[in-house]
Amino acid sequence: MNAVSEAPVLMPAKRRVAHLAMLAGAVGVVMLAYANVGLALNGSVPAGMLTYGLGLGGLVLIAYLVLAKFAPWADPLILPLVTLVNGLGLVIIYRIEEAGKEVGASAATQLFWTAIGIVMFSVTLIVLRDHRALQRLTYTAGAAGLALLIAPLLPLIGHEQFGARIWINIAGFTLQPAELAKLALAVFFAGYLVAKRDVLALAGKRLLFIDLPRARDLGPVLITWVISVGILVLQKDLGTSLLMFGAFVMMLYIATQRTSWVLIGLLLFVGGAFIAGQIFSHVGDRFNVWLDPSNSIYYEREFGGSYQLMQSLFGLGTGGILGTGLGQGSPEEIPLAFSDFIFAAAGEELGLTGLMALLLVYGLIVQRGLRTALAARDPFSKLLAGGLSFVLAWQIFIIVGGVTRLIPLTGLVTPFMSQGGSALLANWILIALLVRMSDSARRPPPQAIQDEGLTQVFQR
Amino acid sequence: MNGTLKRASLACMLLFGLLMLNVNYVQVVQAEDLRADGRNKRNLYARYEVERGRITAGDKVLAESVENKDTSSKYRYLRRYPEGEIYAHITGFFAPEQATQIEGSHNRLLNGSHPDLLIRRGIDLLNSEASKGANVDLTIMPKAQEAAHKALSQSGKRGAVVALDPKTGAILAMVSLPTFDPNPLSKPDRSEVNEAYKAIEKRAGGPLLNRAINQSYAPGSTFKVVTAAAFLEDDESRGAQTQVSAPTVLKLPNTSVGLPNSGGAACGSGTVSLVYALEVSCNTPFGQIGMDLGYDALNEQTQKFGAGEDLEIPMSVSKSTIGKEEDKAAIAKTSIGQQSNQMTPMQMAMVAAGIANNGVVMKPYLVKEIADSEGTEIEKADPEEFTTAVTEETSRKLREMMVSVVNNGTAKLAQIPGVAVGGKTGTAETADGKPPHAWFISFAPAVNPEVAVAVIVESGGRAGNEASGGQTAAPVARAVMAAVLGK
Repeated sequence: MNAVSEAPVLMPAKRRVAHLAMLAGAVGVVMLAYANVGLALNGSVPAGMLTYGLGLGGLVLIAYLVLAKFAPWADPLILPLVTLVNGLGLVIIYRIEEAGKEVGASAATQLFWTAIGIVMFSVTLIVLRDHRALQRLTYTAGAAGLALLIAPLLPLIGHEQFGARIWINIAGFTLQPAELAKLALAVFFAGYLVAKRDVLALAGKRLLFIDLPRARDLGPVLITWVISVGILVLQKDLGTSLLMFGAFVMMLYIATQRTSWVLIGLLLFVGGAFIAGQIFSHVGDRFNVWLDPSNSIYYEREFGGSYQLMQSLFGLGTGGILGTGLGQGSPEEIPLAFSDFIFAAAGEELGLTGLMALLLVYGLIVQRGLRTALAARDPFSKLLAGGLSFVLAWQIFIIVGGVTRLIPLTGLVTPFMSQGGSALLANWILIALLVRMSDSARRPPPQAIQDEGLTQVFQR
Repeated sequence: MNGTLKRASLACMLLFGLLMLNVNYVQVVQAEDLRADGRNKRNLYARYEVERGRITAGDKVLAESVENKDTSSKYRYLRRYPEGEIYAHITGFFAPEQATQIEGSHNRLLNGSHPDLLIRRGIDLLNSEASKGANVDLTIMPKAQEAAHKALSQSGKRGAVVALDPKTGAILAMVSLPTFDPNPLSKPDRSEVNEAYKAIEKRAGGPLLNRAINQSYAPGSTFKVVTAAAFLEDDESRGAQTQVSAPTVLKLPNTSVGLPNSGGAACGSGTVSLVYALEVSCNTPFGQIGMDLGYDALNEQTQKFGAGEDLEIPMSVSKSTIGKEEDKAAIAKTSIGQQSNQMTPMQMAMVAAGIANNGVVMKPYLVKEIADSEGTEIEKADPEEFTTAVTEETSRKLREMMVSVVNNGTAKLAQIPGVAVGGKTGTAETADGKPPHAWFISFAPAVNPEVAVAVIVESGGRAGNEASGGQTAAPVARAVMAAVLGK
């Protein structure tokens, strides 16, 4: 493992003041956006602005204090960036709720779940002092992840909505367990691959330019593939299926450094998707709709048509370069604008400018995660941080690409923005894990003091 | 592992790069098409977002935008037409997917997006006030319009009335019956409007058609004025007393059927003065004159009255024509306003107006003035000459003869005490067995004219009775003229 012997990628620094200032900036931007919505809709600053602003500000201040105490060396950019997208998501949900057309939109619920998310973030940081403890839970995490994935199929608690069976009802709450499963599975993949990567990487023979693995080593890939296709077929959840399989293949590649795994993975997925498209009409429909959404055949179809996607594109087109301004567009015309299609709602009112900024913020979060992976000192941390960052990037790509018609639409949550408790919870924990790992990666190694008389110990 | 991690980072960068390229493509390259797509409801909302300008006629408000009382509605301003169906063919309607007549032709001024309103929008922006559309004031004289609508409605028939100011071309009244209420067609709800539209479309007589400018009819005997004009223009020495041959039946070449007078009656003693022929509306003298002058002279004279020219008032006026050249027998019938002779009521009003205005036809127009929401003038109508139909001398002779028709001839019902009214009746045969259309064209006063009118009442005459046209249509014209003159 050559990474361990390498010098740290960057000079670690705590940057507490900058961290706090950026957090205040993020909360400030959110409050201004909130005031903007109120002014545009009712001509006055909304009465709840202080409640929301101070609520969000107080929550992230707690998170900051926990972070400063329990992960002082953590990357100072991650928390402010996440606060910004979470807050903007809240504002857009509030704006859609005010428009009154989408009955499901509720900024209060989202603020509640944001609070729970931030509490879970803090709890994770306090309880999980050393993330390597997770490595011991590899198979437990794997089993938990699988159970969570299967849960919606169980008769009593499983719950079908919008044509996909991906929800469970527990004690009055509707949860989307796949979001939590993605965390558990990332832990499992990281632990499993760290243990097996040598055999996966080295055994096998070379064919042309590609190192092919041994047939018996294909097992884990095939099992994951079968589970992914299972999700696709049984839960009609294209997004989660694509997310899980893509994350697994990428982590396999990072661990083994073998391109052949990527190729095998791609072939398996494309093959699986093709066959599914032939057999299951809803998969094929998604593809046809993607190719020609403005066709009236698809536009006027009641189920599985292109109405929603076209509304999203109409919103984006109307927004143009500068957007209509918060509160001045009609994002409520897009069905589910507060959840899966929140990115399109942002595109209508904030315009191309706003979307580019949002994508940059997301890109930065992912980049900070990957940087943590590079700087990490043990293979499990590298693999887990890299895997979680990629999961985030891959999820954003799938859903944003879907609503902007870059790729066929598959339903997924836009991390931190879409309304939904389980997703907020899971993603805040994901961020807590990244923060924990960045803390240990950036913490200066204990220095051996050889000559106390001559060496001055300096720490920032 | 760092090597693969770096490659994974590159992959992530590629994913974000693709997303960014794609949003640029959608929001910049495709934006225009997506914005303009008919299924994009945001267009509809934008349509009702601005306070659209008023359409007025004098102090009468014909169309206005009022704030939606339902504040939760996405439609902020709603269009209403306080006068309803009386002005429907002039204002048009403002439906979710279309706007017609003045609402359509002046849409960008009314909604404030016209380049001429740029300065106004700039000032509004600086004062952070919502921009309003410009107001359009029409030439319509509400008293005349209402009189025309009332008088024509009383006949119980379909038809049209056009009244012009002969000296300027300003349209004082323009009525078409049956008509419709523009209010239900101007609601923002697409399906509601479509239903209302279909219901109106289904009603008999085509209420949406503006007969005054978009329907042409055989002009019947009113066209004899044009034939007389050509006859007088042909030779300056001719006048009202010029004797013309007037057989009971005019022999037509190459056919055994002759052209009789109305009801087969004789016309004087066989040779009569031109003015007498016009007063009594004999067919045979004008048939003979037409055949003598030939197709080209008659066609040229009609065009000099403006027929066949492109005309927008600003609504486009259908073209009138005497038809293609056929044989001599056809010219005889064309000369008395039959055969393929097809004139719009607007064209016949222009004939009357040209004669009244010393032979000069002024270009008809409907918009008097456009002013922005603060009252600053943006556009003002400038009367312009459209065509010169006849010489001043000829117009004087025609005026005298037409006054004589009202005083002594078939159009006595158009008389207004104390005012010299000139006019000409017409009874246009349509199909065998159906009642003919009743026509009347007129102007008043004969000297220094203030109004010229054309009236058509569909199926308003009785077959074989030339005077019947005058009986139905002349009182309508009289009511309009009296309203304009304040009598």
